[in-house]
Amino acid sequence: MKNSTYAACVAASALMFATPVLADATAEGIAKYREALAEGNPAELWEMRGEELWKEARGPKKATLEKCDLGQGPGVVKGAFVTLPRHFADTGRVQDLESRLLTCMETLQGIPADEVAKTPFGKGEQKNIEALVAWISAESRGMKFNLPMAHPEEKRMYEIGKRAFNYRGGTHDFGCVTCHGEDGKRIRLQDLPNLTKGPDAARGFGSWPAYRVSSGELWSMQRRLNDCFRQQRFPYPVYGSDVTIALSSYLGVTANGTVESIAPAIKR
Amino acid sequence: MAGPMRIRAASNGTETEVKVLMSHDMETGQRKDASGALVPAHHITELTATHNGRVVLAAQFGPAVSKNPYLQFKFAGGAKGDKVSVSWVDNKGDKRTDEVVVA
Repeated sequence: MKNSTYAACVAASALMFATPVLADATAEGIAKYREALAEGNPAELWEMRGEELWKEARGPKKATLEKCDLGQGPGVVKGAFVTLPRHFADTGRVQDLESRLLTCMETLQGIPADEVAKTPFGKGEQKNIEALVAWISAESRGMKFNLPMAHPEEKRMYEIGKRAFNYRGGTHDFGCVTCHGEDGKRIRLQDLPNLTKGPDAARGFGSWPAYRVSSGELWSMQRRLNDCFRQQRFPYPVYGSDVTIALSSYLGVTANGTVESIAPAIKR
Repeated sequence: MAGPMRIRAASNGTETEVKVLMSHDMETGQRKDASGALVPAHHITELTATHNGRVVLAAQFGPAVSKNPYLQFKFAGGAKGDKVSVSWVDNKGDKRTDEVVVA
C-alpha cells in the first residue's frame, strides 16, 4: 500500500475529457471519485500542523518563521504561493517555496539548510516542510498564478525551465514533454495535463503539494519533481536545486492568470 | 502523540452533519518494513461521538480502515452552539478527544 505504485509521469491529473464516447463515462466516474475524496482531504491535517509550525519557536535560535519573507513582505503568507518561484534580492537568486523556506529556516531559526536538503522526503525536518507548504499553499487557495517576470533572473530561469522541460535523454529518451506535451493523453486512467498550455499547467502546478492516497503522504512540489526525474530514469536532482526551481518557474509562468490554485489537492 | 482531529459540525435545524478527519497511521499489521520484519498493527479500535455529552455514534474500527480516516455522519437534533465531541482509542491504548461547536 505504501510502496507507491503510481503510473509513470502522473505529474498532475486534470479533468479533461480525452477521447469522447468511451472515455466520457469513465472520466465522469473518476471525477465523482475525486470529488468524494476531496471531501475529506487529509491534507488538512498537514495544513493544521503547518500553521502551528509557522508560529512555533524552533531551531538553535528558538525563533518562529513569522518574519519569513516569501515575496510579499516579512510574515505575509496569503498570496505568496501563487507568486513563487520569484527572485529574492537578499539571496540574489530565484527561489521556489521550498528553497525559500530553507533560507528562512537557516537565517531565522538557525536550522542548517544543506542538512534539511539532504534529509530524505518524509523524515525529520522534511516532514515539517511538508506541513508548512501545505498550509502556505492553502492560504492562496482560489487565487490565480501571478508569477513576476520583470527581473532578468526570473526570465532566465523560465527559459532554463522550458529547456529542461523539453530536454529528452536517459535510457528511455524521456523528457517531461513526452508525457505532458500533448492534449488528451493519459496513462492508464490518469489524464495527463498538457503542461505547455496555461489552464492545464495551472491545474497541474496548482494542485501540488497534494495528499497521495496511495501512499498516505503529503507530497510537495519538490518531491513531485524528484519523482518525475526518477520516472525519466534521470539521476535524482538535489533538493531545492536550480533545475527544479527552473522547472517550477516554467510551469508557474505558463499557468499565470488562467485557472485557480486548488493546492493542497488530493491525488490517488 | 497523535495529531489533532479536524471536526466540522453543521446543523440545518432538524439534523446535524458531522465530518471528522482523523490523523492516524492505521497500520494493518500485514505490512513488512524494508528489512522484511512485520510492522506491528496500530489502528483505532473504538470511536465515540457525543452531542452535549450524549453518545450519538459508537463505532468499532479495524485494520481495514484507511490511514488518516475520514468519517461523516448525521444525527437528529443538534443546534448551533451545541458541542460535538469525538474520541477514539487505538490498540496501543493511545487516545484522543477533540471537541467542536456546531455551526
